[in-house]
Amino acid sequence: MEKKLYTITIFSENTPGLLNQITIIFTRRQLNIETLSVSPSSIKGVHKYTISVCCDADMIEKVIKQIEKRIDVIRAFYNTDDELVYQEIALYKVSTEALLDGNLEAIIRKHNARILEVDRVYTIIEKTGHTEETKQLFDELNEFNVLQFVRSGRIAITKSPIERLTDYIAKRESRRKELEEKA
Amino acid sequence: MENKENITGSEALLRSLLNEGVDTIFGYPGGSIIPVYDALYDYKDRLNHVLMRHEQGATHAAQGYARVSGRVGVCFVTSGPGATNAITGIGDAMMDSTPMVVVAGQVGASALGTDAFQEIDVIGITSPITKWSYQIRKAEDIAWAVARAFYIAKSGRPGPVVLDFTKNAQLERVDYVPQKCNFIRSYQPVPDMDKEKIEQAAALINNAKKPLALVGQGVILGGAEQELKFFLEKADIPAAYTLLGESAMESDYPLNRGMLGMHGNVAPNMKTNECDVLIAIGMRFDDRVTGKLATYAKQAKVIHFDIDPSEINKNVKADVAVLGNVKETLPLVSAKLKENSHKEWIASFDEYDKKEYDKVVSKELETEDGPIKMGEVVRKVSEAAANKAVLVTDVGQNQMMAARYFKFTQTRSVVTSGGLGTMGFGIPAAIGAKIAAPERTVCLFCGDGGFQMTMQELGTILQSEVGVKIILLDNEWLGMVRQWQELFWHERYSATLMKNPDFQGVANSYGIKSRRVTTREELAEGIAEMLSDNEAYLLVVNVEKKGLVLPMTPAGTDVTNIVLE
Repeated sequence: MEKKLYTITIFSENTPGLLNQITIIFTRRQLNIETLSVSPSSIKGVHKYTISVCCDADMIEKVIKQIEKRIDVIRAFYNTDDELVYQEIALYKVSTEALLDGNLEAIIRKHNARILEVDRVYTIIEKTGHTEETKQLFDELNEFNVLQFVRSGRIAITKSPIERLTDYIAKRESRRKELEEKA
Repeated sequence: MENKENITGSEALLRSLLNEGVDTIFGYPGGSIIPVYDALYDYKDRLNHVLMRHEQGATHAAQGYARVSGRVGVCFVTSGPGATNAITGIGDAMMDSTPMVVVAGQVGASALGTDAFQEIDVIGITSPITKWSYQIRKAEDIAWAVARAFYIAKSGRPGPVVLDFTKNAQLERVDYVPQKCNFIRSYQPVPDMDKEKIEQAAALINNAKKPLALVGQGVILGGAEQELKFFLEKADIPAAYTLLGESAMESDYPLNRGMLGMHGNVAPNMKTNECDVLIAIGMRFDDRVTGKLATYAKQAKVIHFDIDPSEINKNVKADVAVLGNVKETLPLVSAKLKENSHKEWIASFDEYDKKEYDKVVSKELETEDGPIKMGEVVRKVSEAAANKAVLVTDVGQNQMMAARYFKFTQTRSVVTSGGLGTMGFGIPAAIGAKIAAPERTVCLFCGDGGFQMTMQELGTILQSEVGVKIILLDNEWLGMVRQWQELFWHERYSATLMKNPDFQGVANSYGIKSRRVTTREELAEGIAEMLSDNEAYLLVVNVEKKGLVLPMTPAGTDVTNIVLE
């Protein structure tokens, strides 16, 4: 079956140790996590994991179900790139000398990157975008020797008009009330 | 709160367990759980603690207890090696969906992560093999964590939960308020039912000419034995069971057509590849059931009833997936079923049954000379106990023979390690089973290999006076591996021959009555003696040395490769 890049979004309670529970699901199936990022979500107390992974459609289905099986995971979804707005951030450290000698200003302008800090010795540049874009900038800057480079995991938001998590949490809340009334 | 009391964390644990209806604990003390054991001293009248001889034994005993009673099995173990010794049983309970709560002592919270004496990362080790594992680091978490642990262990698809209980939390004082848990926002034990799927399942079954039902442990866990029968009878559907689904239908139930899988019966395995609608009920298409997936039931529409969404399409693609507890979903489908008759289809099983009888069963049960066959011992014990006993097995040939030839008249009568296949499971599991059902006869079948993996638990039998009947099928081989070596590895018997101790001497040293049977003539008498009272007994039977469990579908192949002789 054809392998594709999938972006998994996991919403969970904020429980220590959950990241480990999630990553071993990938390890056990010999899946390499391409990127991973964890942050709070828009809902108080709900954490959001964004994981990108390359696998086939069958595998992604199975992995999602295994993730959802963990007690503290509220919901897990997966999407392909066309269903998402996604972004990564990259930081580059180059020598200030190179910046001044080379034609770096044009490169930075062309890529819509920005300078975060300039020191006598080094300069730090930031660029947000897709992997290809941050990679492109890296390649161009590296002509002048990039001293350090780092790229974050992707973060993503779905294009869909339906907020599946919000709906699910509302459903669970009404279930909780129903049980409470019974008791 | 009016019923607030200031007590130690250890006592809060015991009170929380009582609050969940616990009355029996299987365990083994150690440094990091002494405070809990100290508190237990004052609760002896309400909590029966069974002192095992090894923590693995404690977990298997809790499993045996849970499987027979339907309640949550509870274990106490200490930190470090106590916890790691429990891993096998925890993994076993995960694979076989057995509700269990393991409370493991842990070093004090301030020593965590320092490689303190008997400290180990229990949460890290157990989280892949538990439904939930949680570290209790302060006494105020106890009531909440225990209530949550029991809710998780027993709801939905059951499974093991580990509570890693730091020593400071055991010692701290807390204002204890009993808690109950019946809701966790992020955990939906029973998935939403989809009425459309009920309709679709019923329509498929109503149009089926050759339906076949596969009955798994889900039926037993859901307590849906009656609902299953109503379903099968209304549409006249023949059924087969998985190893863990055994005893959900009594052995002589007319629509029960036998066991599935590698060593199952010929007819239901062959019919899996002939039926037009395959109805899987609370089973997970284990590779020991399906064999080669590429040729498994390809001709059939598959309906899969399961409570666990992650089982759907995991191994076999379902045309219709009916999510939910089978106790609820089966009646909904039944209500939409036409009364039907599949006489010819059902009769077509007979030919395979006859073939299996002639080539396998008759040789196993009706041989008159030569060494004693494993199968005949099983059948004779079963019948001598009026087919009413609880069957516990170890793992290997003894297990398959027991599953094939033991007969059942009531549900929750099989305790066996199915998914993990844990040798050494037998003796401790039988102890737990007997404690769960003291009024029932509990017969354990084990081999000489598995017996020696946990035979220290004879000490538990001695101390707690547990009346289990142990039938040791002694062939002086690790029989199942030997069988594979004979059939697939050119009879190169690498490390499978056993030089055994004097088993009767071992039993004797634990004050357990025993007898060795070497000839067919003595067998009935030996069995009668074993079953004559309610005390523990070891019946060692010298069985055929190189007996084979047949039929056998070699691993990874399809049922057309079934070996009959």
